[in-house]
Amino acid sequence: MKQFSMVVASATLAISACSSGSTAATETKPASLTLVAYDSFNVKPEAFDAFTTATGIAVKVVTAGDAGAMLTKAALTAGNPEGDVMWGVDNTLLARALQAKVFSQYTSAQLPTLNASAVDFAPKHEVTPVDEGDVCINFDKAWFATNKLDPPSTLADLTKPAYKDLLVVENPATSSTGLAFLLATIARSGENGWQQYWKDLRTNGVKVVDSWDQAYSEAFSGSAGKGPRPLVVSYGSSPPAEVIFAEPRPDTAPTGVMASSCFHQVEFAGVLRGTKHPAAAGQLIDYLVSKGFQETLPLTLFVYPSRVDAALPREFIDYTVRPTDSLTVTPAEIESKSKAWISTWTDIVVR
Amino acid sequence: MDRHRGAVNSAAVRRHRRSPNRLPRALVVGLAAPALVFVAMFYAWPVVTLATRSFTAEAVRTVLHDKAIHRVVWFTAWQAALSTVLTVAVGLIPAYLLARYEFVGRRSVTALVTVPFVLPTVVVGAAFLALLPDSLDQSATAIVVAHVFFNIAIVVRGVGGLWEQLPTDLAAAARTLGASPARTMREITLALLAPAIYASASIVFLFSFTSFGVVRLLGGPAHPTLEVEIWQRATRLGDVGVAAVLSVTQLILLGVAVAWFARMQTRHQRTLGLAPLTQRQRPRTRRQRVFVGFTIASVVVAVGAPLVALIEHSLRTGQGHSLAAWRAVFGNDVANSNRPSLNPGLDAFASITASLRIAVVAMLISVVIGGCASLAITALGRSGRLLDVGLMLPLATSAVTIGFGLLITFNSAPVDWRGSALMIPLGHALVATPFVVRIVVPVLRAVDPRLRDAAATLGATPARAWCTIDLRITARPLLTGAGFAFAISLGEFGATSFLTRHGRETLPIAIERLLNRPGALLHAQGYVLATVLAVLTFVVIAAVEAIRVERRTHA
Repeated sequence: MKQFSMVVASATLAISACSSGSTAATETKPASLTLVAYDSFNVKPEAFDAFTTATGIAVKVVTAGDAGAMLTKAALTAGNPEGDVMWGVDNTLLARALQAKVFSQYTSAQLPTLNASAVDFAPKHEVTPVDEGDVCINFDKAWFATNKLDPPSTLADLTKPAYKDLLVVENPATSSTGLAFLLATIARSGENGWQQYWKDLRTNGVKVVDSWDQAYSEAFSGSAGKGPRPLVVSYGSSPPAEVIFAEPRPDTAPTGVMASSCFHQVEFAGVLRGTKHPAAAGQLIDYLVSKGFQETLPLTLFVYPSRVDAALPREFIDYTVRPTDSLTVTPAEIESKSKAWISTWTDIVVR
Repeated sequence: MDRHRGAVNSAAVRRHRRSPNRLPRALVVGLAAPALVFVAMFYAWPVVTLATRSFTAEAVRTVLHDKAIHRVVWFTAWQAALSTVLTVAVGLIPAYLLARYEFVGRRSVTALVTVPFVLPTVVVGAAFLALLPDSLDQSATAIVVAHVFFNIAIVVRGVGGLWEQLPTDLAAAARTLGASPARTMREITLALLAPAIYASASIVFLFSFTSFGVVRLLGGPAHPTLEVEIWQRATRLGDVGVAAVLSVTQLILLGVAVAWFARMQTRHQRTLGLAPLTQRQRPRTRRQRVFVGFTIASVVVAVGAPLVALIEHSLRTGQGHSLAAWRAVFGNDVANSNRPSLNPGLDAFASITASLRIAVVAMLISVVIGGCASLAITALGRSGRLLDVGLMLPLATSAVTIGFGLLITFNSAPVDWRGSALMIPLGHALVATPFVVRIVVPVLRAVDPRLRDAAATLGATPARAWCTIDLRITARPLLTGAGFAFAISLGEFGATSFLTRHGRETLPIAIERLLNRPGALLHAQGYVLATVLAVLTFVVIAAVEAIRVERRTHA
């Protein structure tokens, strides 16, 4: 309840802050707005009640596949969009989205409250950062304790004989976590070094599967699937999820995060170009980055808020580490080179 | 040998004659119309729109010159051919068992065989993976074995439907004339079943060729099929141009294959004196008992083991096992109420009712369209074959292509149907209709025209003759088709994943979403739903079997 009233309060604030905007005069207020999001957008409809109370506009959520499928659809319908606002294009897809002119510019009055480095991804403000997180190697604490082995601490450790046959990763051609990890290794070893690194990983018995759920739920030993491998590419927020979604609830997380292996992901929301309600869509963007809404994100989407003054739930403080220097590659480079990187990777690791 | 063949020819078996159906031309056109409109509107139009919008010379060049793509095409083709041959060979055994023998639990075994086919691959695939020896993990062998496992129901249902109505007197005559059981099987039974075998094989081939989930799960990154490549190009790389060219390539290859199967089907077409009910026998000899027992045991173990694994997974909620996930789905659950933060992101229970509602609508659409189309196909000869192939095309087209096509076609007034609630059952019907046709047409084709002649001689109008003969013989396969359509809709994943909307998740979609998140309790809830889906499927198919038996006793 307390959380809810906070949402209302901050939403009202956020909306009153921008309601003096200019385009509102020419646009009649819509009865509802459509928010297009990826499949795993687990936000409950009630989360938009505060927005509806403050503005009189209802919010419909339309899911459109995984982030990649969602963006392809948006690119196919650019200018005649399926909705008014889109949630969930991340930094690996951003350049493609901007190239396809999916979004129209909107400068939120809330930008100063958001992580400045995330805002910088889109200097022309076609999109607004809404959350961030990391793709990191997770390890099974119990396995390493039983086998009296320290979990690896650097990416280089993974090529050592002590860690032979322990790691499972996703195929970067078919999985976004797989692509994120490939990008992490490229950021770490450089354009010239990453091929050798993956040759070494292959020699050391890395297993590649096609999707995250196969890696995490079937092959990884630290999840309910109790697979054979104690190291997996997953999210930095997976350990708190293992605590929250377990019955009975354990005292501590069964898995840990290898902080030096993390690739940083930032997710954005934007006003879809061609919407009939650009001003109302802007209000919705403001709501998405309002303090109240942002503080619900960790426990619904398992991401960190973009807003710097949003408080984190205990689970995110107690059960995981937030890497301070995660690896990254610029969106422009990802867009122009990832096709070639993936095909080289396939030749090295799969064939 | 000649003597025996002559006997066959002059008896009830006869080459198919022209114009077997006396329906008026206008009526036939009317029967074909719904199917034509349906396929043109929800399949051809979207796919053509997508292709014309995204074809580029560069994309065509890429497809023609990329060695990696050629490898993918080659692998897709040979694994599909091998899977088809093996599925037919293995599937004939339970088909024979169920068509010819009466035993306790026959209906349950029939339903059990069907379950793997309609369950989403994410679900059974995971259990399958757990049972697979490590040495086969990520191999082409694993893919082929899984294809046999998943698709065997097509052969059992498709061939079994004809087999159980096949008169036994021909085989008996052959045996009396001194043919060995093996030779009788080869030269009489299999020859008579050939049309149904080719019909089933064509669907198995389509499914193995366009396989997606199984291939990703069991084949791993080294064995992509064309379908995986199309999906990857379109959604991962955003390269819709190459995806569309590949999709059309796949369509052409499969069009050729399906046309070949359809030709073989017609070539082996014979009119049979179908008996609405052929007596099944109880296993009498020791050999028969061993055969029946062994086959039943194999089916129960092969299908049962993954199902038991599903249930076990639904109880894994953290350290050890509990019923927490079942309570979370069905009860006023304790786990959720004292932890408001616990949010699975979708209403698991609502997905069950949503799926059932959608399945009813999809079943009605596909039975009406498929039933009419079957009558038209049998009445039309050559153009009927075209309609038949046309209805199969959606199965040959990647779900991504249809999904994106629908999106960009129905996107502006007066047909802005993106997000319309009817799109999902329509998508399901697109997949289920060819199955209804597959099941009904072979039976309809085998109706002896002399029955209608006799009716006419006795003074019946063509309509009356049609009602008493065709309709009565069609009723049974139509019911089977309805059950199949219902089950297909329950388990459909590919097309739904492109059409589904927040808050309207079907069971397979809900399962996939729950399995795609970390956290034991969510995962277990996914398996709860998977268990529910398996049980529902089983119940639906078993119920259809029961209705069919009841009708028989009245007949």
